[in-house]
Amino acid sequence: MDKALSIRPDDNLLSKERTLKNQLGYIGGLLWRDRSGVIGMLIFLSVVFAALFAPFITKYDPLAVDFEHSKLPPAWQQGGNFEHLLGTDDLGRDMFSRIIYSARVSLFVSFIGALIASILGVGLGLIAGYVGGRMDAIIMAPVNLVLSLPYLLFVVFIATVLGRSLLNVILIFGITNSPIFARLTRGEVLRIRESAYVESAVSAGARFWRILLIHILPNLIGPLITLATFQVSAMIFYEAGLGFIGLSVPPSVPSWGNMLADGRSYLSSYPWLTTFPGLAIVYTSLGMNLLGDWLRDVFDPKLRRSRR
Amino acid sequence: MSEILQVKDLITRFYTVDGIVYALNGVSFELSEGETLAIVGESGSGKSVSMMSIVGLIPSPPGRIEGGQALFHGSQGTSDLLRLSTKELNDVRGGQIGFVFQDPQTSLNPVLTIGRQIAETLTRHLGLNGKQARARGVELLAEVGIPDPHLRYDNYPFEFSGGMRQRVMIAIAVACRPQIVIADEPTTALDVTIQAQVVDLFKRLQDKLGIAVIWITHDLGVVAGLADRVLVYYGGRVVETAKVDDLYEHPLHPYTLGLLKALPRLDMHESRRLVSIEGTPPDLLTPLQQCPFAWRCNHVFERCWHEIPPLYQVGVVHQSACFYDLEKEEIRDA
Amino acid sequence: MPDNGTLLRVVELKKYFPVRGGLFSHSDRMVKAVDGVSFDIQRGETLGLVGESGCGKTTTGRAILQLQKPTSGQVYLDDVELTKLDKESLRRLRTRMQIVFQDPYASLNPRHSVETIIAEPLVIHNILSGPALHRRVGELLEMVGLNPAYGRRFPHEFSGGQRQRIMIARALSVKPDFLVCDEPISALDVSIQAQVVNLLQSLQEQLGVAYLFVAHDLSMVKHISHRVAVMYLGHCMELTDRRSIFNNPLHPYAQSLISAVPIANPKLERKRQRLILKGEPPSPANPPLGCVFHPRCLLMKDVCRVEIPKLREVKPGHFVACHLADAEGHSKIPTSELSNNE
Repeated sequence: MDKALSIRPDDNLLSKERTLKNQLGYIGGLLWRDRSGVIGMLIFLSVVFAALFAPFITKYDPLAVDFEHSKLPPAWQQGGNFEHLLGTDDLGRDMFSRIIYSARVSLFVSFIGALIASILGVGLGLIAGYVGGRMDAIIMAPVNLVLSLPYLLFVVFIATVLGRSLLNVILIFGITNSPIFARLTRGEVLRIRESAYVESAVSAGARFWRILLIHILPNLIGPLITLATFQVSAMIFYEAGLGFIGLSVPPSVPSWGNMLADGRSYLSSYPWLTTFPGLAIVYTSLGMNLLGDWLRDVFDPKLRRSRR
Repeated sequence: MSEILQVKDLITRFYTVDGIVYALNGVSFELSEGETLAIVGESGSGKSVSMMSIVGLIPSPPGRIEGGQALFHGSQGTSDLLRLSTKELNDVRGGQIGFVFQDPQTSLNPVLTIGRQIAETLTRHLGLNGKQARARGVELLAEVGIPDPHLRYDNYPFEFSGGMRQRVMIAIAVACRPQIVIADEPTTALDVTIQAQVVDLFKRLQDKLGIAVIWITHDLGVVAGLADRVLVYYGGRVVETAKVDDLYEHPLHPYTLGLLKALPRLDMHESRRLVSIEGTPPDLLTPLQQCPFAWRCNHVFERCWHEIPPLYQVGVVHQSACFYDLEKEEIRDA
Repeated sequence: MPDNGTLLRVVELKKYFPVRGGLFSHSDRMVKAVDGVSFDIQRGETLGLVGESGCGKTTTGRAILQLQKPTSGQVYLDDVELTKLDKESLRRLRTRMQIVFQDPYASLNPRHSVETIIAEPLVIHNILSGPALHRRVGELLEMVGLNPAYGRRFPHEFSGGQRQRIMIARALSVKPDFLVCDEPISALDVSIQAQVVNLLQSLQEQLGVAYLFVAHDLSMVKHISHRVAVMYLGHCMELTDRRSIFNNPLHPYAQSLISAVPIANPKLERKRQRLILKGEPPSPANPPLGCVFHPRCLLMKDVCRVEIPKLREVKPGHFVACHLADAEGHSKIPTSELSNNE
């Protein structure tokens, strides 16, 4: 081996170059080491897949009523048949296809809801954290107020007032979840604002907007994505909660929450009406949580990967 | 003077998510009674790890001591520290081997008074009761130069300045009159005038109590004023060891020489150019089959890339792990 | 020592921080971090600013650059008075004065590529763009001894010493006349410190930049600086050329500081006479009246308790803030007070 007599003193760097291939390899390695992350990712992908390709997975229309075949138990129980794998509900609608199609609603509501919450929350948090002073107090007072309210009661109240519609549910989730994003963003902004590289930017002559958008915002992305993932998981639960008490999307729209509501009167007689949507909710939420945990690990050590 | 500590072929590894860190790759040395041994090296050289390994303070996982022995010829007999049980080690630590760490902020419990913390070690190792421990504790505080010790005994760590806290740590370290005190960068975080005070204190205590001191640092200036003998670490190995005068006047390992030439000196002329060592220290993630310094050495030749140089005896107490003889400017025959 | 004209003049600079007393307390106690510091720096010169923790040297550097607004005092860059500038003019003037920070692990934005980091000052001030910008970044990387291809990499891929070079490249991108080096090597290993210091020195020779080198390592400061200022508790106690500060320090504090610095020479260390200061430095929130050093000074007289000594020129080019200082050495601590290093 020759001594690499480079013309420059330090030619050995700490890690391989950040090409796309290496990046993917690195992420793959992380996933492999942390199996729960794999599981979370798979669950997430399976739900997305089900939502996207619902018409190809099941031949039944989730809204098709069929009184002749109502209240059929799942295929493996006595009285069931493989035509309706998971049985049918009280109106004869196929359970399996209702569960699959509900995924669409749940994912749609929670994703868009999280999106609205994050945009609104991050905006408020950025201003509160970066401008500080009176702005901070003005913004954070209502934010902290909302955060201290019992969430479900609060949501139920608004839902009752606004009425049932897909749009309303999304709006409710978006607005009522924005305080969490606002608080996280504000905290991170306060922390980053004091960091040496922001001071370096100031000393280089950077102005307000540059520091906010180019220095602070990119460093927020990690914690934000993690939080958003957990919020999506939470919203799936909340949608179910709202649906259960009849305040979610209109009853004609298949959603896990609505399915729970429909099956409520038959809890002991036809338990599968509530069990399967319940399992679907748990399954999806769990997947999102595992994914969120893993994402948190991905973003954290990478930033602190400095060798001394 | 008899030897009280003999370390042979110490090997320590850390099993981390990034891979195996080969922190120590066969470290050997001795310590005599009452001697001051300085351990010099930069970050990642293994200097702290070697001491922590000996006394069982390596977090395990991810650390594992994979070889070697550490014979301690203590007042209670000889034992291999690496083979002691946790309980036996707890007796040794504090009782026969004292510690002073770098950051008094984290090594003193912030919610206990320092009196409590001194008393803890007195009760544990010397069996003193509450009153006796308090009396002795106040004596110790006076010994290390803390004014109004009977009042300060009940203060909390935050009520002391950095230099004072180090004095408290020293009091705890020598409370049970140990044979060895291991000081890991004890003055690195202190201002230079406070450092002078602390070094002065250490020396006085050492003279009075006959304690052997292992002083770990990266500061070659402090070493010059303190040590009897010096060990130089690089890449998880000892690369040179000598009496302090010999090390500074006749360094035989290219790394030691490089370090000395890279140091700014108050007593030298301003136009003296600092000669830096090019390159960066090894990352310890690969087990090396060659000299760890090869990439940065000005005297490297073919053999350095294929073999790890052993420690050659080049003087009565002077050893150097290098195939090249710096003094004679030729390759060694051995 | 270069004498190409005065670049920077600092006059009676003060920076006080209010002591927070809690929500409802009206506290008018101040932490007097910098309490009346004056000096000037010539073009292409390095002024070393040394002192121990709490002396105010870091705050001085930041106050000069207006990163902290001074409480009072003036800072002249050529003839422009910085404290009186409006925000926009100050911002534009930043191309002439830059800073290198202490912690190489925190001062580079982890999400930006090295090229983005180095190019930022040029981009902010619209100096270069496009391929010309890219070329310049490559030149700057070469200038600090890094491979120009590393522009695409990210900070976490570099070691501490390399990151400091990146910071230096960034600071020098806009060709400033003045660079504040705020403890730039304290966080680096010994063998790497020499690399960075050599780089700074050769860049000064090449580009004629003046440095304010703030550090606590007196040996390194003496090595790199032309002149040295010693600070204690917000005051400048002594200011002179580097040789005099070692061979003939006139201020009692400077004398003990110098005597406390360990020298890598065992025989010398054994013979050395140390001036061990008693006690600890007081808190800058509660500085002593009169000369702030008087409680610990072995030569203290009554006047020291009441009157703050002014920094005056006791010998040509040698300034001392001590009532007893004169050219005959009346501020030198007698050898009988020194402890032998046995």
